[in-house]
Amino acid sequence: MSTTPQIPVITRIERNSIHELAAKGLRLDGRGILDYREIKIEAGIIEKANGSAQVTLGKTRVMVGIKVELGDPFPDTPNEGVLTVNAELTPLASPVFELGPPGENAIELARVVDRNLRESKAVDLGRLCIVPGKKVFIVFVDINILDHGGNLIDASTYAALAALLNTKMNEFEIKDDEVVYKDSRQPLPMNNYPVPVTFAKIGKTLMVDPCLKEEESMSTRLTVGIENEDCVCAVQKGGMGELDPNEVKAAVEIAITKSRELRTLIKEAA
Amino acid sequence: MRLDGRRPDELRPIKLEVGVLENAYGSAYIEQGKNRILVGIYGPREAHPKHMFLPDRATIRCRYRMAPFSTEERKNPAPSRREIEISKVIREALEPSVISEYYPRTVIDIFIEALQCDGGTRCAGIVAASLALADAGIPMRELVSACSAGKVDGQVVSDLFDLEDKYGQADMPVAFMPNLGVITLIQMDGGLSKQEFEKALDMALDGCRQIRNLQVEALKRRYQATTDTEVARDISEENK
Repeated sequence: MSTTPQIPVITRIERNSIHELAAKGLRLDGRGILDYREIKIEAGIIEKANGSAQVTLGKTRVMVGIKVELGDPFPDTPNEGVLTVNAELTPLASPVFELGPPGENAIELARVVDRNLRESKAVDLGRLCIVPGKKVFIVFVDINILDHGGNLIDASTYAALAALLNTKMNEFEIKDDEVVYKDSRQPLPMNNYPVPVTFAKIGKTLMVDPCLKEEESMSTRLTVGIENEDCVCAVQKGGMGELDPNEVKAAVEIAITKSRELRTLIKEAA
Repeated sequence: MRLDGRRPDELRPIKLEVGVLENAYGSAYIEQGKNRILVGIYGPREAHPKHMFLPDRATIRCRYRMAPFSTEERKNPAPSRREIEISKVIREALEPSVISEYYPRTVIDIFIEALQCDGGTRCAGIVAASLALADAGIPMRELVSACSAGKVDGQVVSDLFDLEDKYGQADMPVAFMPNLGVITLIQMDGGLSKQEFEKALDMALDGCRQIRNLQVEALKRRYQATTDTEVARDISEENK
């Protein structure tokens, strides 16, 4: 059951100054409202995974590992490989993350990353089918939050995308419906590069890439995922506040411009 | 023309009923096409365990659940990741409408049972839940209406049903408080250009406005018809 969360722990003076700054188009760390924090993307850092990447976005640190394994297709898509995304809000990343099975925030995070990748058809799942209806490759995208400094959705999706671009799987042949691996390796077939841009609404101001303190002060969160051809592929509103229809339209416009720069950055790193 | 014969901006037939459960503080039922959804509200009531209390407002809890028999293939009764996410976004869609400050240290429970699902159940669930909250007498700033829009066969359409959702190119559920002019839920999956996105959003908002009128009518049917003589009769029957 989904429950109203406890009030985030932030001092009133910090919260007020974030609001006052936002009204003037300013931010705590001196950024403009359309500026991202410094992004560092390192790909291929876990040798035992098929693909991996670590993204540092300000104080947020996320690691994503990709494993490609054999498995069964879904009955409604017998000719396609399977993509599954899981996210762990590990307790080492924040004092508010608790042990136990994924809660609604972890599930929402995984599902929004999944929505970006799936709806843009980022991975060419059609080329991951081995025996239709019987045997396909399953691509596991596992998101590990290492340090929570705000904007986990964007950091996780960039890391997932960089990790997928970095993924190598063994080349294979099919003999009598069995997979025979060769020594050579090939990249994962990729079609698209979805890039989400997340906004926080503080007072009446929308700002991109909220840091933790800004997230604790925001009323509403809005994520807009943009794919290669500037099309919107995923949207998610979060938080207990509300948005004006014109704010949503403006956010889409900003996301389209922002996503182009970010996409280049991710492709270069991976 | 669409698969079920509707125009692009035409909603499915909607039937709304308020006050349909005996025990719940407030309840509502919605039929929208083949969707059948029942919502019950309990609260404001004491919260257990007590650490759930919020000192300055009521806690809102929400569960969206699909009945195992609600879909073509039986749905496993254990809560799926989809249901957990939908419970969260529905709660967040209703939170801004409820004046929760009136009931500090209590909990308001919203139970949404999707008995038959045919696309757009989170929107239909929100529509019924908002009516059920009103039926429970919980003070609200405004009713929350909800409607989806999307793209099917290259055409922007509103209120997608299951087949259109599955085989269409995009689906965007929106919850809206028409008189305040604010969106309290928006999600989207698929692919829409900027122009298509704006058209779909406007279409969804228009659907919300139509549904709000139906919500008001449903509340009036439940409460306005109650004349003094009917009240007197109800009281005497209750005392028997």
